[in-house]
Amino acid sequence: MIQQTREADKKPASSTAAGGWIPGQFLIALLGLVVVLVLLWLGFIYLKGTKTASLLNAVIAIVWGVGGVAALFFSANYLIEALPHKARNSVRPFLFFLPGVGILFLFLTIPTLITLYQSFFNRDSTSFVGLDNYVATFTDRSMLESFRNNLIWLFFGTGFCVSLGLLIAVLADRSKFETIAKAIIFMPMAISLVGASVIWKFIYAYAPADQPQIGIQNAILTAFGVEPQSWLTLQPWNNMFLILVLVWGSTGFAMVLFSAALKGVPGDLIEASRVDGATEFQAFFAIVIPYIQGTILTVTTTTAIGTLKIFDQVFVMTGGQYGTSVVGTEFYRQFFTNSNFGYGSAIAIVLFIAISPVLIYNLRQLRKQEGF
Amino acid sequence: MSSMAKVQTAGTKSNKLLNGILVNGTLGFLCLLWLIPTLGLFVSSLRERSDIATSGWWTVFPHQEYLSSSQVQLTAGLPLDQPITVEGQTLTDDQLRAGYKLPDGRKVIWINRRARTVDVQTQQWTAKANFTLINYQNVLIGQNYTYTQADGSTKTEQGENMSNAFINSLTVAVPATIIPILIAAFAAYAFAWMRFPGRKLLFTMVVGLLVVPSQVALIPLLRAFSGLEINGTFLSLWLVHTGFGLSLATYLLYNYISGLPREILESAFIDGATPFTIFLQLILPLSVPALASFAIFQFMWVWNDYLNALIFLGATPDSQVVTVKLAQMIGARGQDWHLLTAGGFVSMLLPLAVFFALQRFFVRGLLAGSVKG
Repeated sequence: MIQQTREADKKPASSTAAGGWIPGQFLIALLGLVVVLVLLWLGFIYLKGTKTASLLNAVIAIVWGVGGVAALFFSANYLIEALPHKARNSVRPFLFFLPGVGILFLFLTIPTLITLYQSFFNRDSTSFVGLDNYVATFTDRSMLESFRNNLIWLFFGTGFCVSLGLLIAVLADRSKFETIAKAIIFMPMAISLVGASVIWKFIYAYAPADQPQIGIQNAILTAFGVEPQSWLTLQPWNNMFLILVLVWGSTGFAMVLFSAALKGVPGDLIEASRVDGATEFQAFFAIVIPYIQGTILTVTTTTAIGTLKIFDQVFVMTGGQYGTSVVGTEFYRQFFTNSNFGYGSAIAIVLFIAISPVLIYNLRQLRKQEGF
Repeated sequence: MSSMAKVQTAGTKSNKLLNGILVNGTLGFLCLLWLIPTLGLFVSSLRERSDIATSGWWTVFPHQEYLSSSQVQLTAGLPLDQPITVEGQTLTDDQLRAGYKLPDGRKVIWINRRARTVDVQTQQWTAKANFTLINYQNVLIGQNYTYTQADGSTKTEQGENMSNAFINSLTVAVPATIIPILIAAFAAYAFAWMRFPGRKLLFTMVVGLLVVPSQVALIPLLRAFSGLEINGTFLSLWLVHTGFGLSLATYLLYNYISGLPREILESAFIDGATPFTIFLQLILPLSVPALASFAIFQFMWVWNDYLNALIFLGATPDSQVVTVKLAQMIGARGQDWHLLTAGGFVSMLLPLAVFFALQRFFVRGLLAGSVKG
């Protein structure tokens, strides 16, 4: 395969590697680039008007998006290859990295800075209010409730996911049924949080005591003589029932990472500890845990970020009512329901700051890597 | 073989057996716990509307239940405030209303109190396994459907048009998966094999943006999109998913592409290939595993996304995607479990199929991309 490619590459090599300035090609390439840009613009205008979905529009979108990106790269590359040799080499990297980096700037970096800026302004960004929005963020009763709930999510959600994930990974590693067990635990990862909300709302479904219970949780409890409960409105426990949805959905993620890490623990190390008379538990805590601590950190931080950003199932299952609001739902409420852009921005920035330790850690790890 | 299994060699044979039962028993129990929620949804989606509303989905499995065996007609106009004799037992009206267990295990209960008819029930094995696809029809096509209520009258309700939402989701997900991959692959190649000013700083930005919550970008993006008049179009959502998925895509593909053997690239370069042809004819084909991993990852992410779809595409019936549609159904008809269960299953059909078909790639992508929040 590689051999073939090399043969194929030899042909263009003779024409371009000669170097030097090729004005004819440059003009053609420039023209080509302009044509591509015009076509992309026309496609943009057309797609702007498509508010209803059809398979045809989907196909046009794919051709426009993917083909457009490919055509841009091709025509720009053709243009670059027409440049003098020296200019060619210094311009070329930009062709490769600029589209990606440019989009990241446009869609994340700059909006984040605008959000930061707006967080110091009033609801429609017309007058400067200093730190008022941040003061409100940390004094509003509903925000304080959200912070409390996010802490509950952070603590219990992460704790359950990580510990259950590790337990299942260890058990599966010793079982003959490893593959199927892992697939079962992992499967909810493929289900959207909205889908999971339907599933779990059905589990928590409530009917008055004299009627048949169709929610399995109330059915089991009434079979033991316990009064049926409306679990999602039962404060403060409803937070825990929402967290269970996350645990069900995300334990598979933790398990998969732990499972891979466990395969890397050298067997002879454990063998040696056994010979020295260590019990299974001692070997586990003295050898396995330290060996996979990097993975434990990764899983914990990733799950923790997920709990801080939590939105979908709270919004869908309780709407943030009955004492279940979290930072994500409060952000949505300020942003959409109240159209308070300043306050909403401040909440988003607080969320960003809460996550930033992980960001800094990632950057530190990157600096340790070779080549950076 | 795994390393942990070797630990057991020191145990005696019976110890091993006990261990095995303990390990597999616990694992089996946990797997059952994990399966029950989805199973309940799936089974319910195949049951009649009235069955779902009046009995738990687990009753489709064989179980014992009191079922009518015979009926006793009492004298018409029998006073209800006096003790009533049924099957040789003297009972009160309240006992007959709640159902009374006779000493022989049978149960007596009013079936028609006004006509003074008592139902005599015995415990019987039964399974309420009447399965139907009618819920899927009602949730997909959106036409009116009629059902019989408990009191015998009929009622007509509007179904839901989820098939439209399904097409919308596809329209969103396919371009939003492919476009970022292509752009990210170019960028990853540049970061891995080219030297240019600002390379370090820009790659630091890529890694930094991995965990940035999308909330911090939503307000300015929504306002900019209003200015461009592309709010509520699919275009807006493709752009957003491209932007939000790009940092992870670049990072993942960088890790993979920078690990490709240097010799292959160098020899191609010596042969006179330009970086562009090397990228197209060498890097892309060699990176297929990484590209596939990310593609699955991104597809699932986009398909299952709710917040961005809700904000940029909105909840109008024409353009809403399955997650938004489903969430709307939960809000508007939260007790219509026949539609919710079928709709829920429709929404997870494609991701589950992708998951089971391509699980290995998905896991690989997850292992490589575990830095994303």
